[in-house]
Amino acid sequence: LTGHATERFTTVVIGAGHAGLSASKFLGDLSVDHVVLERGEVANSWRRERWDSLRLLTPNWQCRVPGLRYEGPDPDGYLSMAEITEFIERFAKGSGAPVRAGTNVTSLRRAGDDYRLATNDGELACQSVVIASGACNKPAMPQFAAGVPSSVEQLTPFDYRGPAQLPDGGVLVVGASATGVQLAAEVQQSGRPVTLSVGEHVRLPRTYRGRDVLWWMDASGVWDQRYDEVDDLTRARRLPSPQLVGTPERTTLDINALTAMGVELVGRWAAVREGRALFSGGLRNMFSLADLKMGRLLDTFDEWAQENGRAAHVGPPERFAPTRVPASARLQLGLRNGEIRTIIWATGFRPDYSWLDIPVVDAKGQLRHDGGVVAGSPGLYALGLPVLRRRKSTFIYGIEDDARDVIDHLGRYLAGSG
Amino acid sequence: MTTVTNGVNVQALLDARTALKEAPEAAQFTWRASATWNHGVHSTINVQGFFGLGQEQSHLEGSVFEADHPEIFAATDKGITPIEYLIVGLASCLTAGVASVAENRGIQLRSVEATVEGEHDIRGILGADSDVRNGFNDIKVTFTIDADASREEIEALVAQSQKRSAVFDALTNPTNVTVEVA
Repeated sequence: LTGHATERFTTVVIGAGHAGLSASKFLGDLSVDHVVLERGEVANSWRRERWDSLRLLTPNWQCRVPGLRYEGPDPDGYLSMAEITEFIERFAKGSGAPVRAGTNVTSLRRAGDDYRLATNDGELACQSVVIASGACNKPAMPQFAAGVPSSVEQLTPFDYRGPAQLPDGGVLVVGASATGVQLAAEVQQSGRPVTLSVGEHVRLPRTYRGRDVLWWMDASGVWDQRYDEVDDLTRARRLPSPQLVGTPERTTLDINALTAMGVELVGRWAAVREGRALFSGGLRNMFSLADLKMGRLLDTFDEWAQENGRAAHVGPPERFAPTRVPASARLQLGLRNGEIRTIIWATGFRPDYSWLDIPVVDAKGQLRHDGGVVAGSPGLYALGLPVLRRRKSTFIYGIEDDARDVIDHLGRYLAGSG
Repeated sequence: MTTVTNGVNVQALLDARTALKEAPEAAQFTWRASATWNHGVHSTINVQGFFGLGQEQSHLEGSVFEADHPEIFAATDKGITPIEYLIVGLASCLTAGVASVAENRGIQLRSVEATVEGEHDIRGILGADSDVRNGFNDIKVTFTIDADASREEIEALVAQSQKRSAVFDALTNPTNVTVEVA
């Protein structure tokens, strides 16, 4: 392990997912000498950190990265994890990205105007760095999880592969984002009674007026809304993923659908006290907020269709039944009486910047950046974070515009400092 | 945006939000009330000072509240019952929230009425049935709002007001309470 000379590149990209590979594509177009470091393999998170039944939330026709798009037989379907992995591998090969797999960055620090990276395979030096290691490196769990009795098994979406691995008996799924509603449905259908703890969530129908709801997000321009036009950017960046699932039947998976399957609803999990889970009594307002917000979004779609002469090309406007409030949602649940055998924490994810030895992370563990330009560290960039530059940034479909803008900025930085 | 005059200084609140994001220690407040027992179940509660923005603060004037129980509880009824003070808090907090959110959204209010009903099975506090809780079983708030806004916009005001309400949170979520003898 000694004797490695420090290798030098103009730019180092960290992460070979769709974001890092898109950065590489545009760096290549600018003839910027670079390398893409990948801790595992290309598309590592899709390969290893997702459950078996997961499919993308975006329809196949939106599966698009710079220079490559889905051209298969099912544009309205949703790719499985094996298929998206294959798609991103194809992107890596086709774009000729200089990927170094199995290279884990253990430290990134500044050295004068330069950057130094320590990896399991030696030291690198460069002028600029693109962090594309993703926003979902670690499951986020509330602190009171530590107070759950040890007789209850606890899983995160990183541990969960499918319902067969769970013990028989009740399952408490915490969180009603895309992850929470998908796992609640799958586990309930396996015969294990599910209780779902619901906090703030984003309700969406899978299809609206005959089109995929994400077609509407794209066509109406909602997805293109820029980060500097969003009212409350902090909130937009923390928004849970919408209640969507990619299935061949294009079914809607909202709270009403879960109620119809027999899932029991409780409020946001607030505390553990004496072996009991205590839930908020504010469930009704969680539903009101989500229903009202969905209604406003559908109004936006209808207005757009009307103003742009699209109304005749889509189905008639629809309005969906309000979320049904359970007659009496339980406010507490014993965790020692055997009713709940497993808890699945679908309480979100957070990025891991433990290797980042530059003070650019805020007290909440988020990178301080302005549209992917990291604050206070010239030459340092980020890609693939929620609402990085646009509402669509979170989605594979959103990476191309973000990557072009960020690498443009990086190119100008290199020209200025060259 | 048209200028509305609900009388809430939203700009001051938004400025405070920005300032306190960077100075979380200044955002730590302590609210205080002190009760003095009079006789029977009648007590008098004084509220004046509180702590916030890093120092002792004071209301312009102190407030005095009488708490008692009604005659059908065999009490002297010199004031409302303690549990009624909870719904006083909830009604005023949500109403303040409606006004603030309306101001921020440019919605002119003409009238806002909130009616709060708290369902309470008093067998709990009497110890008549150990399966009955002491506190409210259910609370219902009904708003009647006249404003320059659609029904959906008014519903959104009420929803957002709950989302940002201190008393709504305090009633719907568990809170650690320490009671000790000095």
